[in-house]
Amino acid sequence: MPWLPILIAAPVLGAVGVAALPKGSDKAAKQLALAVSLVVLALTLAMAFQFPLESGKRFAFEQTYSWIPSFGVHFGVGVDGIALVMIALSAVLVPIVILASWHDADGTGAENPPKRSVKTYFSLLLVLEAMMIGVFAATDVFLFYVFFEAMLIPMYFMIGSYGGAQRSYAAVKFLLYSLFGGLLMLVAVIALYVTAGKNTFMFPELIGAVTDPGVQKWLFLGFFIAFAIKAPLWPFHTWLPDAAAQAPAGAAVLLVGVLDKVGTYGMLRLCLELFPQAAKDFTPLVIILSVIGIVYGAIVAIGQTDMKRLIAYTSISHFGFIAMGVFAMTSNAQAGATLYMVNHGFSTGALFLIAGFLIYRRGSARIDDYGGVQKIAPVLAGAFLVSGLSGLALPGLSSFVSEFMVLIGTYQRDEVLFVTSAIIGTSGVILAAIYILWMYKRVANGPTAESVSGMKDLNVREKLVIAPLLVLIIGLGFYPKPVLDVINPAVQHTLTSVGVQDQPPVAGVGQADEKGAGN
Amino acid sequence: MEPAKIVEHAGGVIGASWLMIALPLLGAAILLLGGRRTDRWGHLLGVAMSLASFVVAVVTFFELIGLPGGERRRAVGLFEFIPGLVDMGLLIDPLSISFALLITGVGSLIHIYSIGYMSHDPGRRRFFSYLNLFVAAMLLLVLSHNYVGLYIGWEGVGLASYLLIGFWQYKPSAATAAQKAFIVNRVGDFGLAIGIFTIWTTFGSVTFQGVFESTLKPEQGVLTAIGLLLLLGACGKSAQVPLQSWLLDAMEGPTPVSALIHAATMVTAGVYLVVRSGAVFFPEGSTAALFAAIVGTVTLLAGAIIGMAKDDIKKGLAGSTMSQIGYMMLGAAFGPVGYAFAIGHLITHGFFKANLFLGAGSVMHAMNDEVNMRRYGALRKALPVTFYTFLIGYLAIIGFPLLSGYFTKDGIIETVIHHNEVLGWLAVLGAGLTGFYMSRMVFMTFFGEKRWADDAHPHESPAVMTIPLVLLSIGSIFLGGYLVLGGRFMTFLGPAVGMPEGGVPAFHPFTVPGLATLALVAVGAAIAWLRYGRVPVPVTAPRGSFLTTFARRDLYGDALNESLFMRPGQWLTRIAVFFDNRGVDGLVNGLAAGIGGTSGRLRRVQTGFARSYALSILFGAAVVAGALLLVGNL
Repeated sequence: MPWLPILIAAPVLGAVGVAALPKGSDKAAKQLALAVSLVVLALTLAMAFQFPLESGKRFAFEQTYSWIPSFGVHFGVGVDGIALVMIALSAVLVPIVILASWHDADGTGAENPPKRSVKTYFSLLLVLEAMMIGVFAATDVFLFYVFFEAMLIPMYFMIGSYGGAQRSYAAVKFLLYSLFGGLLMLVAVIALYVTAGKNTFMFPELIGAVTDPGVQKWLFLGFFIAFAIKAPLWPFHTWLPDAAAQAPAGAAVLLVGVLDKVGTYGMLRLCLELFPQAAKDFTPLVIILSVIGIVYGAIVAIGQTDMKRLIAYTSISHFGFIAMGVFAMTSNAQAGATLYMVNHGFSTGALFLIAGFLIYRRGSARIDDYGGVQKIAPVLAGAFLVSGLSGLALPGLSSFVSEFMVLIGTYQRDEVLFVTSAIIGTSGVILAAIYILWMYKRVANGPTAESVSGMKDLNVREKLVIAPLLVLIIGLGFYPKPVLDVINPAVQHTLTSVGVQDQPPVAGVGQADEKGAGN
Repeated sequence: MEPAKIVEHAGGVIGASWLMIALPLLGAAILLLGGRRTDRWGHLLGVAMSLASFVVAVVTFFELIGLPGGERRRAVGLFEFIPGLVDMGLLIDPLSISFALLITGVGSLIHIYSIGYMSHDPGRRRFFSYLNLFVAAMLLLVLSHNYVGLYIGWEGVGLASYLLIGFWQYKPSAATAAQKAFIVNRVGDFGLAIGIFTIWTTFGSVTFQGVFESTLKPEQGVLTAIGLLLLLGACGKSAQVPLQSWLLDAMEGPTPVSALIHAATMVTAGVYLVVRSGAVFFPEGSTAALFAAIVGTVTLLAGAIIGMAKDDIKKGLAGSTMSQIGYMMLGAAFGPVGYAFAIGHLITHGFFKANLFLGAGSVMHAMNDEVNMRRYGALRKALPVTFYTFLIGYLAIIGFPLLSGYFTKDGIIETVIHHNEVLGWLAVLGAGLTGFYMSRMVFMTFFGEKRWADDAHPHESPAVMTIPLVLLSIGSIFLGGYLVLGGRFMTFLGPAVGMPEGGVPAFHPFTVPGLATLALVAVGAAIAWLRYGRVPVPVTAPRGSFLTTFARRDLYGDALNESLFMRPGQWLTRIAVFFDNRGVDGLVNGLAAGIGGTSGRLRRVQTGFARSYALSILFGAAVVAGALLLVGNL
């Protein structure tokens, strides 16, 4: 069964269907969009259950169709464990976002701009889903690029047409940054094609094709800068707080939860495997940028006065962890980084959605406009706290596992740079406690502010939105093994392509694949 | 004698000992998810889950002591947590089961007491859910067979502590105290986390078995570094100097919380960590052990000095807790004898300090939540049960001969003096200070004349509160003697922490340090009587000397934190935010504006987006063309 083409086509067809509904059938549009996204989720889960854990093959569910034969461009799709969990993340988040955004396009929310078409919004969401699945599934570098760029368009309109007061500024800034990165990448993609000289864009065939270290460096930079803007890493990050703060909450979830991960995913998949030597040469630089990002993002987050901007800055800190894990090049760190991409999608997704619920009620994103919400909306505040605690990587919640793996995987590289970076990175746990708890305190604790005194607790729809995320956050916090079992073989493949092997932590103790736990 | 080897175990009650953790966790989950539907019976479920966990602990204990001494360290595997890195499992041995009994036993009494104490609080069900959560996390901390599981429990109790300190979160002071406790603890956790990383890279394992029974001989420097990192973690959780400042503020929580978490159990986790890791990371005479001893001594004096000046009964007891944990930390630095006394004192302290805190809670309950001892006085008639049980707790803590605290604290002092005279005599001095501040508390509260507020009508607490007090005070009388005499506890603990080379030292009642301690305690009590018993206590605190102010202000710990960390941190944050808005972003905006060919900032390009889009495409096309040319020349 051609799982992946179906997964890409289904939301596109759904989007067309939603857009084709007659004027005024807003409710039907929402219901149809939700149904389509649930079908995509079901298909994704069905595919995931058939995913072979130990086939030895690099990609599963491969489908390759010739697209532009004269340039060797293929519509090639296939997934390994890393791509699979990212697709699953997208497929889980989209129905949640659709349900959460039920009224976001209606304009009944206090801060919402004058109306645009409701069905267009939900149609855009489905188009975006197709793009997200496509970008993670692509095994053709050119196809990857096409999806990478095409993703911008639905997101641009979602921010620019349905966002907050500064939406145009934010949308243009988002677009310009992304286009700049995308164009650099296009140059690199073409150059890769030319220098590899294989007359193909198929990723598996391009591994090891570029051998000249000088060329590798330039091509690496072309891809890396595009991904560093996407992720974003410090100092390419300034578009994110604006975009995330102005985007409707649901769009912000997909922007930060999934779209940005394409950046870190691209580093792991393309930068490392296509240009292993350059990746190793640039490792110190990337690690340093990552560590700066971890600390800088956290400190700036502490100083934010706007909830959504604060959450965006915490993400910049978290992307630092992910990039550090990718470039530490140990199996713990890379598996941790991959798991981090998933977990961050859930925990930050939950935070953005709850911020959205709060903003919808109060009509302001300013933290100081709240106070004492716990007393009048305990369920809302409780969900806010649990999501926040996941954001600060509390053990027992999913982010802890990934953060722990990234840090210990970086620390295990017995070199000054890595050890120091891991230690500085670990100080992020203190800063994270400050930015999360201080925000929570100002919003939920203390005497109930006049302005929130009539605030209603979560309704049934909102509980349905947040419950699956909390279940995932807690479930994966205690039992991350099912996801890690999917990720680990793919990470081993990646490390093999790059040509690095884990040093056993202690001479004579344990091997790369059995690191002496439980002995 | 070395500790016994850890062996895998399956089946029996020991195999099912995970129920100890699962039951209270289930209780917490039901109460939190059930919401207001469970309000009517929530407290009963909470008590039932805690008691059930206690029953499992007792049965596990008996199964364990049914095994020969050398086989009493059983590892129970549970599940693969992080494949290839961490397996979850429990270690049931004399040390962990001692803690489990203390946590579930004293914990259950405090649960029961809370039924009465919280009976008028609309959030009682939520309170019990947090208490259950705490018990589960604390049990995970002490029962886990590896450092990562310990860390999960470690932060779990931190969360429970955060939730319970901030239980009355609508009070800004409570919310701030909760946040402070969590953040200060995270500073310690930072150390603990890096310690665990280093343990893994040094031993290739994070399990106690993999570390303690490792055949590797790591460099001493690495072991010392790990020891100091773990000690930083211990300082945070156990409120030891320099991470002590959160504990006094933590008294914002309801009093049963102070008794359970901030006296009897959670704050002793640091001592557990040091004793558990002792043989490898804090062996007698090592640098790490010396640091632990110094930290303990400084804290036992600092806590006692703070306790001497407080008029708030709970803060006085909080200072006292710091101080008593200082004794434990000090004892834990001196090998197997020290471990046995440290843990023994930890257990007896669990009883008498819970007794004292719950007694204080009973007084507050009677006095409309008044905590200022200057508004108490002459309460012994009005609250007879509270008075007598408090009196027993008082006698136990000052080390009155033959009561619990006498045996265990004296054991620590004797052990320390044997190895390090300076620290040992400072510990004796601390005992004298204890005699003063605790006597002061008793005189101010129960003796003298009434200084009550006009609307105070003190009445004895209901039986649901006084029965736990009576049970705890029975432990405060007898437990110490039972544990120490005949070396009973040391022998029991031996398989877990090792036995002293020369066998169990005999108990000598009349040694120089022992008699000196008693004399100093008597002097302390006498001074307290002269100043607070014989003469009337003024309702408003006198200004006091420089030293009094110093103690009242918690030895300026907060002022120090504020000027060293908070203010610079605030400035750093402000600068970073400014820089991010003007610096990085300004540069980028300027660049973007320049490229787009528009005048001024992009902010104004609200209608011109199509043009800049087109320009961008043009620019992009130029870049592509240029690049293609470039690549063609390669």
